Amino acid sequence: MFTIIPNPQAKPIDAKFGDKDLIRRSASSITPVAQRQPEVAKLIDVSKCIGCKACQVACLEWNNLTEEVGVNVGVYDNPHDLTPNTWTLMRYTEYENPESGNLEWLIRKDGCMHCEDPGCLKACPAPGAIVQYSNGIVDFVKANCIGCGYCIKGCPFNIPRISKVDNKAYKCTLCSDRVAVGQGPACQKACPTQAIVFGTKDEMKKWAEKRITDLKSRGFKNAGLYDPPGVQGTHVMYVLQHADKPNIYAGLADNPRISPIVELWKGGTKYAGLALIGLTAAFGFLHHIVAGPNRVTDHDEQEAKRLAGK
Amino acid sequence: MASTEVAPGDAVHRGPQVTVDRYTRGARINHWITAGSLVLLAISGLALFHPSLYWLTGLFGGGPNTRAIHPWIGVVLFFGFLGLFIRFWKLNLWERTDNVWLKKIKDVVTSNEENLPEVGKYNAGQKLVFWSMSILIILLITSGLVIWEQYFGQYFTVEQRRLAVLIHALAAVAAICVWIVHVYAAIWVRGTISAMTQGRVTGGWAWRHHRKWLRELVSGK
Ligand code: HEM
Ligand code: SF4
Ligand code: SF4
Repeated sequence: MFTIIPNPQAKPIDAKFGDKDLIRRSASSITPVAQRQPEVAKLIDVSKCIGCKACQVACLEWNNLTEEVGVNVGVYDNPHDLTPNTWTLMRYTEYENPESGNLEWLIRKDGCMHCEDPGCLKACPAPGAIVQYSNGIVDFVKANCIGCGYCIKGCPFNIPRISKVDNKAYKCTLCSDRVAVGQGPACQKACPTQAIVFGTKDEMKKWAEKRITDLKSRGFKNAGLYDPPGVQGTHVMYVLQHADKPNIYAGLADNPRISPIVELWKGGTKYAGLALIGLTAAFGFLHHIVAGPNRVTDHDEQEAKRLAGK
Repeated sequence: MASTEVAPGDAVHRGPQVTVDRYTRGARINHWITAGSLVLLAISGLALFHPSLYWLTGLFGGGPNTRAIHPWIGVVLFFGFLGLFIRFWKLNLWERTDNVWLKKIKDVVTSNEENLPEVGKYNAGQKLVFWSMSILIILLITSGLVIWEQYFGQYFTVEQRRLAVLIHALAAVAAICVWIVHVYAAIWVRGTISAMTQGRVTGGWAWRHHRKWLRELVSGK
């Protein structure tokens, strides 16, 4: 069993990280802190999940969110997608294992992966609307968000959602407010099977290893950890029974990375674009200095008069 | 009408100083609405284009307002330009002499206009500005709608929106460059700006830069 994080002390304590611990800040150049705090991670063991949605409820509860009453279209997913209020969502897949012939119920807790290389943050045009703390948590700062939706284009996991109410972007915060005072995320605390565990990334990797060994001994020979290198790893990781096929888990990206289109847009385009605009203006300026204005002469006026006649 | 170079409203006024009507009041209002919205779009767009220009959002009342207002100005631009397009497209059709004019671009930039073929209402440079703006504005409005998150976000896949935002940024850069060329040409060729402010130019200006247009206007009388 994984040790349960104890309840908080009643005495208020200072936040363990904050604005002084940033390693990235959207649309800003900052010097990352010299000394990173230990990287944290949430480990979601899909093989232990029973699909009870306690985590989904805990998330709404802790973050004071209300989801609309939905409609049943014959699947367990409820709501049907992430929304500005639903920052984490259980996605259910009925998978027929071709090898064993078994029907497997794959239940994946979807939400922000807290990428080490966050596409949302790199796409964001508003200074400080997205920040990354040195412990790896990627957080949206509502006060700075302008609601443009660039984060949606940047994210390889299709996570951020823009609220129709206040036009701000929302996603899982990894309960940065709880983690700052030594607590685990609300979802982790609520999970009755400890399918969700939380700690330093190193601890979580070690814990995952044990789980993977166990799963392999039960015949899941491709069991493994999902910590995708394409985004330099994530601070939310999965233990998957079939780590060779992430896609069967309700479309989990096989090899996520920031889209090359986004890299081109936020990379070369910016510098080439500004340079081109500058060069065009400079050309005009130089031309005017060298060639001088093109003036109508008296001769031209006389010719016009001659042509127009009386 | 036999004339190929003259637009409705163009007219020559004889007198001690020949003047030529070039743009009607309607065309001028149409032009300045379009020009104003293009400038506002360029500024509000560039504010989001690069962090070093984010301060420009201050001109529109902050980041969220800039984000919200930019696409609406785009709608104004689109209809403004559509008006200009309907007015001007015919006289901007490409002709064989336009190729000659372009081949002699060296004489153009060095103001040796006597070496150039006689030009109608628009020269090849003006036509290029016209057609490239037409294409760019179509690209900008279509890509702009795809990335208009507030109203149209849900109708497009993330991949389509990524492509659209790249196209939008590239087309915007191109449009801004074309705009700089357009404005510079109007400043460099003295006597041009009155065409869009008062609607008329001097006879000498028409003789020097758009002689074929002037000849047709005169002979039409
Ligand atoms: C014609 C209709 C247009 C529409 C509907 C439109 C819409 C948009 C939208 C929705 C955005 C994202 C930010 C936001 O939500 O405000 C945007 C960004 C932008 N727009 Fe437009 N726009 C239009 C025309 C233009 C024009 C004419 C220019 C420049 C001359 C321009 C330049 C830009 C730039 C530079 C960006 C930032 C792109 C980036 O961040 O890389 N737009 N536009
Ligand atoms: S919607 Fe907000 S968080 Fe997302 S990219 Fe725009 S400003 Fe940044
Ligand atoms: S999963 Fe998406 S929203 Fe979360 S950190 Fe990665 S890029 Fe950002």
